[in-house]
Amino acid sequence: MSETEFLLWVRGPGLQGATIIFVLGMAVRILEILVLGRKPDLAEARGSAVAGGLRTIITRSVPDKGTFKRSTFTVVAGYIFHFGLFITILLFAPHILLIDEVLGVSWPALPTPVVDATTVVTIIALVAVLIHRLKDPVLRFLSRFQDYLVWFVTILPLVTGYIAFHRIGFSPPLLIAIHIFSVELLMVAFPFTKLAHAFTLFVARYYNGAISGYRGVNS
Amino acid sequence: MSNDKTLGEILRKQGISRRGFLKFCAATASMMALPPSMVPAIAAALEKARRPSVIWLSFQECTGCTESLTRSHSPTVEGLIFDAISLDYHHTLQAASGTAAEAAREAAMEENYGKYILVVDGSIPTANPGYSTIAGISNKDMLMDTAMGAAAIISVGTCAAFGGIPHAKPNPTGAVAVSDLIKDKPIINVPGCPPIPVVITGVLAHFLTFGAIPELDALGRPVAFYGKSIHDRCYRRPFYDKGLFAETFDDEGAKKGWCLYKLGCKGPTTYNACATTKWNEGTSFPIESGHPCLGCSEPDFWDGGGFYKAISTPTGDIGRTATYAIGAGAAAGIALGAMNRAKHSRAEKAHEKVTIDDLDKEK
Repeated sequence: MSETEFLLWVRGPGLQGATIIFVLGMAVRILEILVLGRKPDLAEARGSAVAGGLRTIITRSVPDKGTFKRSTFTVVAGYIFHFGLFITILLFAPHILLIDEVLGVSWPALPTPVVDATTVVTIIALVAVLIHRLKDPVLRFLSRFQDYLVWFVTILPLVTGYIAFHRIGFSPPLLIAIHIFSVELLMVAFPFTKLAHAFTLFVARYYNGAISGYRGVNS
Repeated sequence: MSNDKTLGEILRKQGISRRGFLKFCAATASMMALPPSMVPAIAAALEKARRPSVIWLSFQECTGCTESLTRSHSPTVEGLIFDAISLDYHHTLQAASGTAAEAAREAAMEENYGKYILVVDGSIPTANPGYSTIAGISNKDMLMDTAMGAAAIISVGTCAAFGGIPHAKPNPTGAVAVSDLIKDKPIINVPGCPPIPVVITGVLAHFLTFGAIPELDALGRPVAFYGKSIHDRCYRRPFYDKGLFAETFDDEGAKKGWCLYKLGCKGPTTYNACATTKWNEGTSFPIESGHPCLGCSEPDFWDGGGFYKAISTPTGDIGRTATYAIGAGAAAGIALGAMNRAKHSRAEKAHEKVTIDDLDKEK
């Protein structure tokens, strides 16, 4: 397979396959959860379930003082790499062009050097998170193969993207092909791993908040 | 033209001043990223160089490479340098034909065995030798025969360098590049469809000056000309960085000269000197005239997924695939959910209440 053939494969059949697994898999996972439904709460409502649910989506996204004090590193590094992923994936001009082509929606991009610097910061944060996981005895004990796999498929597109942008080592078509392929790995792993939290976390937070809200308490 | 005159003598005879000659040497040095101190060395070497014998073979090609070299720049110093090499065989440019032409080739080969430069344009068919022949000799036979006594081979144009358009899918003639057939000779690839004239003369000047081939990249191209991508040297690059793109060929962005990435520009993956050397005596290059780069100096550029599709976008209809996948996923998710609920309610129905009596019985 030549470089161009590889590039055409990742842009064609590879991307089609990864999209099917990603979209189909995530649709199954989300709907399976939603269809399960909840038992009707027969008690009298003491507050709004919807308001409680929406409030908790926000409050759980902000670390409370205790958590921040206890796990400062996890919170800071976690925020950095999540915001970093948001910026590098959604605010980089070529990515927006791709989304525009597929979904027909677009928005303004950040200047390329800003995204470039963010990529470096995000990679550093992810490496720090891995070191922390390996060094902390409790975290290491709790970690399974999947945790390392998820870390690997997350950092891979960042590293390959950075290398492709700066054209280090190989020819540009090969570098772009490797970058797209690494994203396809991420897409394939998504429905089967903890990565699915990107779609389920707000649903879970809403449920938690709604239960408490119905009972008239803050969660 | 006799072969025993030096290049310097020939150029002076043709009315090229010393100043004009040195200007060419300086331009060549700067193009090849050599230090200015090399200019006198280049001048001295070129001055003394004997006209080297050049045999030019044209195989499956369109003569565009020859057109590019002979028409666009004449008459310039580059053109005269070309006159000053001993072009002993060239289908398009030579007056002789048939047996006489072949005799000229054989004579040049014999006279300069091991010293002549072989220039090839066009790809070589391997599926059937009859697909392309010259004077009854198949392209492959002629190439192998002529390459044997060559000091170096210059593959001019993308067809000779990488197979080019004849090599495009489904490649009915089994076309291959020169480097696919010849492994034991130094080969310089000068791809492009066509290549920039000054790049060819630059490579020849390098060979005459140093007696060796220039530094090549992984694809056998001289780094001096193919070391930077079109994108890196493009004057529209600031618009790319700002995210300002032309969406169609006649929208506001196109009129304002914004980046052509969205219209399929292959600049980011194409290595050539167009953006700096330019065409038609430095007038412009394709992007400057409002058309995206086709990537013509890269292998398989013809099969790169469409000239007018951005290089990183999907080749298929991903939106449709995603829609079907959502539909199928939703159906499967609902079915699975229903199955889970059914299982739950079956378990509930099968649940038998245990009474005190039941427990007593078990005693």
